Amino acid sequence: MLHWFLVIGAVLCAVQAIRAARLLISALWLAGTSALVALILYGMGAHEVAVIELSVGAGLVTVLFVFAINVAGEEAIPMRSLVPQPLAWGLVLLSLFLLAGLAFPWTGTVAPMAELSFAHMLWQARSLDVLVQIALIFAGVLGILGLLAETPVWTRERAAQPESSIGSSLSPSSKLRPSGSNGHQTTAAELPVRSQEVHS
Amino acid sequence: MTFSLANVALVGVLGLFGIGLYGLLTIRNLIKIVVALQILVKAAVLALVAAGHVSGQVHLGQSLAVTVIVADTVVAVIGLALAVQIRRRLGTLDVQALSGLRG
Repeated sequence: MLHWFLVIGAVLCAVQAIRAARLLISALWLAGTSALVALILYGMGAHEVAVIELSVGAGLVTVLFVFAINVAGEEAIPMRSLVPQPLAWGLVLLSLFLLAGLAFPWTGTVAPMAELSFAHMLWQARSLDVLVQIALIFAGVLGILGLLAETPVWTRERAAQPESSIGSSLSPSSKLRPSGSNGHQTTAAELPVRSQEVHS
Repeated sequence: MTFSLANVALVGVLGLFGIGLYGLLTIRNLIKIVVALQILVKAAVLALVAAGHVSGQVHLGQSLAVTVIVADTVVAVIGLALAVQIRRRLGTLDVQALSGLRG
């Protein structure tokens, strides 16, 4: 009975995370979903994954969401979706039907097999996965750097200028490549010098 | 009629998957799209552990679920970084505004 409450609670939290108008409230409902999923995982004997899900899913990811919402700010976007609602519901029901058709044969009783320990399974049997995880963590670090990066000066300057003045001060070739051919980002101080070089 | 733990978890998998997919199809806010992706991946993690539980190989399901959680976290980080940078440069989080971008 307790597991039914946990599952229904997780689904309700997910519904609220999708329906909430404010982004911050949505992130908090997502954290609730994650915590309840962690409890379900613990009940199924997956203790290590439950702890990881609780600390990463309900902790780290929520902090990331709050930080990103704080940086980007709230924005009221109309609820009208790009995909028509009947089509969306049809696709969801079709996917659920297919998924249930694949998943329900699993629920028969299967004789338990001899199993390796979690540490042996993770570090030896699935060692390639661990290498992939390390590469993914490096990608995540680069993502954090992108999250914290400031907008380049030339982008802010050009955003502040009207389109006509940008076109008069830069030649067509320099408008096509504002960052330079070697990938170096042009600063505001370099812009007049570069345009003089092009005209000469 | 009694439901086993795997059956209950399977109901949760179906519910979370449906909600996440519906969110992905209908939401236009970039940050909420990442939220919908997170819900979808939670369904996948639950399905992996439930499959391991049913087949008697919980640790195999756990090791796969750990990989999925790490990948999901990195996807969230990169998605949020993209959303923040798009908000800074275009001034909006609406995915419809991105349809005007040209490569």
